Amino acid sequence: MSALKRSHENEVEKLLANYPPDRKRAAVMPLLHMAQQDGGYITEADLKEIAEICEISPTEVASILGYYTMFHDKPEGRIRLMVCTDVACRLRGAREYLAALCNELGVAPGGTTRDGMVTIEEVKCIAACDHAPVFQSQIGDEIEYHENQNPDRTLDWLKLMVSSMKSVEVKHE
Amino acid sequence: MSDLYLLRHREIQGLNQLRTYTANGGFETWKKVVTTFKPEEVTQMVKDSGLRGRGGAGFPTGVKWSFLPNNIWPHYVVANADESEPGTFKDREILENNPYQFIEGLMIACYAVQAHDAYVYFRGEFSQIAHKFEERLQELTAKGLLGEKLFHTDYSLHIHPHLGAGAYICGEETALLESIEGRLGQPRLRPPFPAVVGLFDKPTVINNVETLTNLPIILGKGVQYFRSQGTEKSPGTKIFCLSGRVKNPGNYELPLGTTFRELIYDCGGGILNDAKIKAIMPAGASSSLIPATDAALDTPMDYESVPALGAQLGSASVIILDETVNISDLVESTVHFFKHESCGKCTPCREGTYWMARIIERINHGKGSKEDIELLKTVAGQMQNKCFCALGEFSISAVQSGLQHFRADFEARVER
Repeated sequence: MSALKRSHENEVEKLLANYPPDRKRAAVMPLLHMAQQDGGYITEADLKEIAEICEISPTEVASILGYYTMFHDKPEGRIRLMVCTDVACRLRGAREYLAALCNELGVAPGGTTRDGMVTIEEVKCIAACDHAPVFQSQIGDEIEYHENQNPDRTLDWLKLMVSSMKSVEVKHE
Repeated sequence: MSDLYLLRHREIQGLNQLRTYTANGGFETWKKVVTTFKPEEVTQMVKDSGLRGRGGAGFPTGVKWSFLPNNIWPHYVVANADESEPGTFKDREILENNPYQFIEGLMIACYAVQAHDAYVYFRGEFSQIAHKFEERLQELTAKGLLGEKLFHTDYSLHIHPHLGAGAYICGEETALLESIEGRLGQPRLRPPFPAVVGLFDKPTVINNVETLTNLPIILGKGVQYFRSQGTEKSPGTKIFCLSGRVKNPGNYELPLGTTFRELIYDCGGGILNDAKIKAIMPAGASSSLIPATDAALDTPMDYESVPALGAQLGSASVIILDETVNISDLVESTVHFFKHESCGKCTPCREGTYWMARIIERINHGKGSKEDIELLKTVAGQMQNKCFCALGEFSISAVQSGLQHFRADFEARVER
């Protein structure tokens, strides 16, 4: 048995049951989410396994992966900060907020900090325009909203998260 | 201020818990519908109510349902929870705080068209909401409100959440269907319309979250009650998402036909720093710009009056611009959005958004000329009515109306 089926034994079958039996391809996005949830990104092996389950080619699975912005094919920071700079947020200082954050972290939008902890990303509207500036954090599978932000508030939260993640590691060593 | 129906959770604490929802009459309408109504009676009531789709197009909901042929089965219902229009944040509030009223509405729609399977397409960024939604479905199944042979009738219903992964275009209903089917989220050629050839090639109804959330009110309290708010042609209340340069941005549930002035000044508290209002975008980034004249401010926000101002009500994502905003900057922002979200299927949109982005960047960064302003206008004009779907057409709304009403803002950027 391959990785996904091993780690989510019943879930794969349950997922397929959501769609007509001759439409296995419909499970491709849920399976990509499942694979990403495990490893933080989607590997070549995942592509092959998902292709087998959905009865399509790995290339077709790869095209889905490439099309949707929330799927990733390489490891990035353990904490992903997704800052919206779209129209409504921009009217309330989101660009200045993002620039200040990037400056403090020493990375450009899309970049990852040297310690590999934080990736900061400029994203399109995330449906929180009334509380701009706003970002979503993603740690593993957990996506959370952080509204009414300013650079200091975000950096304080970030320091706390990074140090708690690092201290967990020390304990495990 | 009117009573709250869609945002009832603001008055009833804990409405996102099933026991609170049922304690406040929740799912009584659902039971009544399944045990005492014929499907066609439900459709007729929704037709009589005049409810219009709240996702943007404003098409009459009951009429949309009646297009499903009764000789092709199964039928599907798909709820569009892919809320992605910049400036729109209403469905998220419903899904987080009043989710059962949405689910009850979805169930009623399913019964009306006799669908036994429904899909809810959540945008990927709503993954927490989607996970919680799965728990809610299990809860409802355990309580006998969802599943096989409901209320000892022959009617069975299953709801399946489906999570997107970051693509604005999937809010377009045929692209959404492609995405569920495991393909690139790109729009389909119409006809055939989804009502005849939809999900898995079967007749399909696709309704927005807010649209569906209205149904328990219509079926529970009656057509007259629903029509007592709003206007003759745009009945009911609507959630207006107010954002941009106002003091109190947020969701406001108001009768359709409320004026822009009431929304911006009575609800929104007026403009930040008491600056002068410049323009209104009533339908998010897809919107044309309306110069904020007194006449515009006194215009009722409904599906007939807003088009008379050269714009659309759309999903009622009202973005406010004040005198501190240069329209050339704003247009750069909307154009970048559409360039990023263009699915690449048709050439006018794929190339046009790219060209518009290059030109507006040049203008705004001191490298443009007066000819560039004309070129921008020309490119937008060449895209008009030539794109495969509405996304491409939306990408030129702010460009064309911006150039028409606020050309001086662009010219100021190229004068040296």
